[in-house]
Amino acid sequence: MSYDRSTQNTNLAKELMTAALDIKQAHILSEWVHDRPLISCRFEPQGRYVFAGAEDNTVQRWALADGVKTSLVGHDSWVKAIAFSKDGETTITGGSEGRLVWWPTAAEKPAEIRRIDAHQGWIRSLSVSPDGALLASVGNDLSVRLWNVADGSLAREWPAHDRYIYCVQFHPSGEFLITGDLVGVVKQWNVATGELVRTFDAKPLHTYEGGQQVDFGGVRTIAISPDGKYLTAGGLHKATNPLGAVHEPLQLLWEWDNQTLVRSHIAEGITGGVLWRSLYLSDQTLMGACGGSTGGFLLFWKPDDDKAFHRFAYPVLVRDMDLHPDGIRVATAHYDRNVRIVSLSAKA
Amino acid sequence: MRPFYACGTAEHTLARRQFLGSMAAAGLGTMIGGLKTFANPAAAQEMARQQKRIVVFNMHGGLSQLESWDPKPGTATGGPCRSIPTSVPGIHISELLPKVAQQMHHLTLVRGVNTAEDDHGKGAYMMLTGRRQTPAADYPRIGAVAAKALAPADDALPGHISITPGGGGGSGNDSAYLEPKYASVMLGNGNPPMHTVRPESVAEPADAARNEFRRRVNERFLTRRRTAMTDAYASSYEQALQLMERREVFDVTKEPAKDVERYGKYDFGRHCLLARRLLEKGVTFVQVSHSNYDTHNENFDFHLEQLAEFDLGFSNFVADIADRGMLDSTLIVVLSEFGRTPNINLYYGRDHWSKAWSVVMAGCRTPRGFAFGATNADGTEVVDGQVDHGNLFHTYLESVGVDSTGSFSIDGRDLPIADPAVGAVKQLLV
Repeated sequence: MSYDRSTQNTNLAKELMTAALDIKQAHILSEWVHDRPLISCRFEPQGRYVFAGAEDNTVQRWALADGVKTSLVGHDSWVKAIAFSKDGETTITGGSEGRLVWWPTAAEKPAEIRRIDAHQGWIRSLSVSPDGALLASVGNDLSVRLWNVADGSLAREWPAHDRYIYCVQFHPSGEFLITGDLVGVVKQWNVATGELVRTFDAKPLHTYEGGQQVDFGGVRTIAISPDGKYLTAGGLHKATNPLGAVHEPLQLLWEWDNQTLVRSHIAEGITGGVLWRSLYLSDQTLMGACGGSTGGFLLFWKPDDDKAFHRFAYPVLVRDMDLHPDGIRVATAHYDRNVRIVSLSAKA
Repeated sequence: MRPFYACGTAEHTLARRQFLGSMAAAGLGTMIGGLKTFANPAAAQEMARQQKRIVVFNMHGGLSQLESWDPKPGTATGGPCRSIPTSVPGIHISELLPKVAQQMHHLTLVRGVNTAEDDHGKGAYMMLTGRRQTPAADYPRIGAVAAKALAPADDALPGHISITPGGGGGSGNDSAYLEPKYASVMLGNGNPPMHTVRPESVAEPADAARNEFRRRVNERFLTRRRTAMTDAYASSYEQALQLMERREVFDVTKEPAKDVERYGKYDFGRHCLLARRLLEKGVTFVQVSHSNYDTHNENFDFHLEQLAEFDLGFSNFVADIADRGMLDSTLIVVLSEFGRTPNINLYYGRDHWSKAWSVVMAGCRTPRGFAFGATNADGTEVVDGQVDHGNLFHTYLESVGVDSTGSFSIDGRDLPIADPAVGAVKQLLV
């Protein structure tokens, strides 16, 4: 167990609990470092910890109050997907070996509660239903599986896509599940029956580069606006050299009710940019975390403009992002082994 | 270099030194291309019956050894992919190759390759010629050497075929100082050679008359002005006619539908099936390229995609060659221009790495179910059984019975078939 006291600032963090959202005043609060590059991160619902998957197959837990780091060791491969029970007391991690592991979120020395061989191949994304009862998992075996969070039993499964499924997200109503795949197919499923409701065309997020003979891109993130009006799917476009990371971020925005594509949110000039995750802020701003050859960025869009109205720049590339339950703090996982906590408000 | 013959005739493309290996020890046969003297009919008949073939799978762009033949799971360089057991106890390969793992008893892993060249073009040249590229000389690719050394002289089919992933076709400029007829015939995306169908506007009698007239004019011209170049022109016309007559050889749709299904309905699967067909029809050398592995970005996702295709097509190919009794006469090689860095970069990519990577061989004199050479724990350097492109080139040739220490006699000069500064890897020859 170790932590970096030099970068923690607990007093400031406490003050942020009452801070007002002010995106253009965003600034870094904390930087906590691990031994290996980080690939994923999530805040737990009570807001006490941030968890991050690392390239050493571990999940690291940092306490926001004091930066104390704790390792969760139970996977044989990288952990790209992290989710929580609704009360935040249970953490569920999904590994690239196809395993789901249940952990006690706040235990001093977290020990596995349960492990399930859930998928053939990588688990790429998890989502917990709004009522906290179900966990959805997707991965390379092209199936959606729903698990009972309480006991880990399989509730339902169905073959969902023809190509690798990159992400999954429950609709805020709990009635639907949204999935997106490598070739830009977004599907809306009825959770109760597993039936396909409709499909959204996100092909601008996919590139087949004939010279390199590769499929690239895909739906890396899905979000639904708090008012339920919009569905977004993010990733990349302009992939003129997929193997060499020449592409730019792209976020598609549809009206939920009629599937009209209303925006193609872009961020020009971010070479090598891909949106790893997008989330809505309380004021309906869409926030995307983007890596790029010139660093990492938080990008901010409004639904009435294709272009981002603000960028927050990190010193290094971003690989994942999450929003704290307070709606102000943002965690990002970085290649330089740091998890960074940013405040979307003015400095105290 | 133009292939002028030493004596000014078409009769001699002979090596001064002994050319073939074990078969040549008994003499050379009339059926063996370019090697018409030192004949021993019995050996020649045996060699014709057991005609050796080579198939090279070129993993274009630089296959990651860590996601294929030399995984390092659980290390700082291992990435997210795990290793899996194979049909040979004790040998593990990447989980991205589950079907190939079941064919491991036919394969040899060469895990100690160090070519010290991280440039795509130079690395590819080295792996296909066995030499480092210099401005002073060009060397024939392995396919041209194989065609000259192994293909029957009167073969109606080209001895050197390259199946490329994209479209296009034509002939490669890869025979160097060997005659142009040993240059690769390219089958773009596995399609038959270009211009091998008689135009509908030319009736068959008219076509035959036209060809007869061409032959007569050629013969008259050659009585006084015969050179390698004129021979090459004449040869190319005759080869084209023969190709037109045997065009069905290149038609992979003639293969059973169940095999098309089994190999996978990807281009690469179809190309593997075409390679099997060509080898069965007697083509001496086939190269199948699979693109693209130059994964500076998102290495793991791209290898997941690409190797899924490779796993299906290649595993079925190896199994079929073995099942059909062709493995003793067919050398299979899987190579790239280099491997990829153990270090994982910020884009989840791996960059070029030639200091410690892997090649796979199977068939002919190659040991079965064997792993030769080793890298250190995180795969950054070779710690046992180090070999380079020159060693491997010698080994390929020795494996199919060619004495790799022999020479071609070109324009009065003896040109070693393989780099004389190095030799074959004895541990890879049984």
